[in-house]
Amino acid sequence: MSILVDSGSRILVQGLTGREGSFHTEQMVAYGTRVVAGVTPGKGRSQHLGIPVYDTVEEAVREQGANVSIVFVPPAFAADAILEAADAGLPLVVCVTEGIPVRDMIAVSSYLRPRSTRLVGPNCPGLITPEQCKLGIMPGHIHTPGPVGVVSRSGTLTYEAVYQLTQRGVGQSTCIGIGGDPIIGTQFIDALELFNADSKTEAVVLIGEIGGNAEEDAAEYIRSHGRKPVVAFVAGRMAPPGRRMGHAGAIVSGGSGAAEDKIRALSEAGVRVVESPGQIGDTVVEVLAKGGGHGRAH
Amino acid sequence: MKIHEYQAKEILKRYGVDMPRGEVVSTAAEARAAVERLGGRVVLKAQIHAGGRGKGGGIKVVSSPDEAESAAGTLLGSMLITPQTGPEGKPIGQLLIEEALEIEREIYLGATFDRTTEAPVVIACAEGGVEIEVVAARNPALILRETADPIIGWRTFQARKLAYALGVDNKQAGVISRIISGLYAAFWENDASLAEINPLAITGDGRVVALDAKMNFDDNALFRQPGIRELRDTTQEEPLEVEASEAGLSYIKLDGSVACMVNGAGLAMATLDMIMLAGERPANFLDVGGGASAEQVAKAFRILVGDSRARAVLINIFGGIMRCDVLARGVVEAAREVDVRLPVVVRLEGTNAGEGRRILSEAGLSWEVASSFEEGARAVVRLARGKS
Repeated sequence: MSILVDSGSRILVQGLTGREGSFHTEQMVAYGTRVVAGVTPGKGRSQHLGIPVYDTVEEAVREQGANVSIVFVPPAFAADAILEAADAGLPLVVCVTEGIPVRDMIAVSSYLRPRSTRLVGPNCPGLITPEQCKLGIMPGHIHTPGPVGVVSRSGTLTYEAVYQLTQRGVGQSTCIGIGGDPIIGTQFIDALELFNADSKTEAVVLIGEIGGNAEEDAAEYIRSHGRKPVVAFVAGRMAPPGRRMGHAGAIVSGGSGAAEDKIRALSEAGVRVVESPGQIGDTVVEVLAKGGGHGRAH
Repeated sequence: MKIHEYQAKEILKRYGVDMPRGEVVSTAAEARAAVERLGGRVVLKAQIHAGGRGKGGGIKVVSSPDEAESAAGTLLGSMLITPQTGPEGKPIGQLLIEEALEIEREIYLGATFDRTTEAPVVIACAEGGVEIEVVAARNPALILRETADPIIGWRTFQARKLAYALGVDNKQAGVISRIISGLYAAFWENDASLAEINPLAITGDGRVVALDAKMNFDDNALFRQPGIRELRDTTQEEPLEVEASEAGLSYIKLDGSVACMVNGAGLAMATLDMIMLAGERPANFLDVGGGASAEQVAKAFRILVGDSRARAVLINIFGGIMRCDVLARGVVEAAREVDVRLPVVVRLEGTNAGEGRRILSEAGLSWEVASSFEEGARAVVRLARGKS
């Protein structure tokens, strides 16, 4: 089992013919992901990398039965691409694009709220269910199937954590990067809810960072609904207030978003918060050996 | 992106917000001439990209052209240090000279994005002239908020709700509600991340004017705001940060001694934390991007060695799709191109890490090569302290 994607996922790539879209689609296909269609307006009725290309998402869904979209469209047009995927009724859209204006994402978020489309990202590495479906830009080969769900706001820091797990013989159910922007679709709590319900996920690694309240919300969710042990790391304790640390959403401002507050909230909810990202792998091994911790009684 | 007070006021003026009469000057002679035109008592306000100007001596009230010329001569070209500028301060290139007004009341108005509701919010407070965070901490009940619906947009009734709740007379409430709607439009149409009038002053003769204004903009939206992009003043930014942003690198100068170069923002933040845990302070934040091409690494090297405080460098790279052996060759190439005299520790992990570390060890660069996070951080801290 896994969450959100598996070997049955039929992938549509928006922005397939661009540089990023082409490069990462080749990697996804090499991993075994079923990429069934691409969309690039103006390039319909052609083939790219042996994949049929359409002008609109609606057409790609109708012709190829795509049920998940991944967006590699440049920032100025990415919000429109997400809306087009939602309009076509796709249940899951992953947006990798970094640099979408906040105003555009505010509109996307309002549009999606009453609809059933789930957005992951933007500004995220995507998600992977090892050996079934790689939907994103992460290096596939460092992942291996197993019982740990990973959810993170970061890219390379997540790969570090996954690599540590794989090196210790601990596999992953699904790894999901939710993105480093201030306005994102899927949040920590959404991912935790999915991992909670997934019978094959036995523990969760959560990688947070400064900015916003998503880690505090996650802590609240874990306290009241958590059924699986969680190991967490929060990046950015050294970050000066008022400065954006690379990710558009990673900023301590107006007295909120500080790492210490997030670490405290997670610890109080029974999460094992590690001080160094180098300790994630060993701590997960320890937690799994104990047969779980937080709230396992029920 | 930040802009100056006078620039924010020029934008807000276009949205119907009234200001004190004023002029922008960049020489003492211009200051004199401006004060001759304005007449009476005036306020000289240093234009820098930071708050706390009053506390730093950047705001002067003068009563004559002579006084203005002399005060302007002292301020212009100097560095203004305020509680928000850091120890070096910010250069004063311009002054905004405004008529001094008799103030009866000060109000706070601000528009920003709320991450929790994922919508724009307008904040008003009957206590202006102080930092809104301070009021919020002391008396949260004073903070009035109206969330805009991003799809239907801001509605004028929302502005009226705020204005009438401020406890001003009916005529003033009408004026203030129009100012609130103007502030919102200026915020939304220009892709601002913050638009603030603090304080909005009610004067002795009943005028309602913006005494101070601040606007910050969403960097990701500058591509479609050419008029805003032109307002950038790079003299207010850290020179190394300007160089980095031109090279497409995400760099923030900090005050410690351990320089670092990392691929990915999350990993870069974690690296700063590791340096701190190992007992030193980082000299910077630097993200060369998830892929970390040889070209980016070379640019990053040039910026790191340009920081005079740096005593040692930590390169922390996770090789994913970009393999560590390819990265290692790029790093070696870049190091040969840029004369790196500081001691360097490289920590490589990920795909083909063993091969990458071998390439680094054999490159004859006398660098230390680490495999774990902790080992790399400990090694670079030892080197920064001058021990080999």
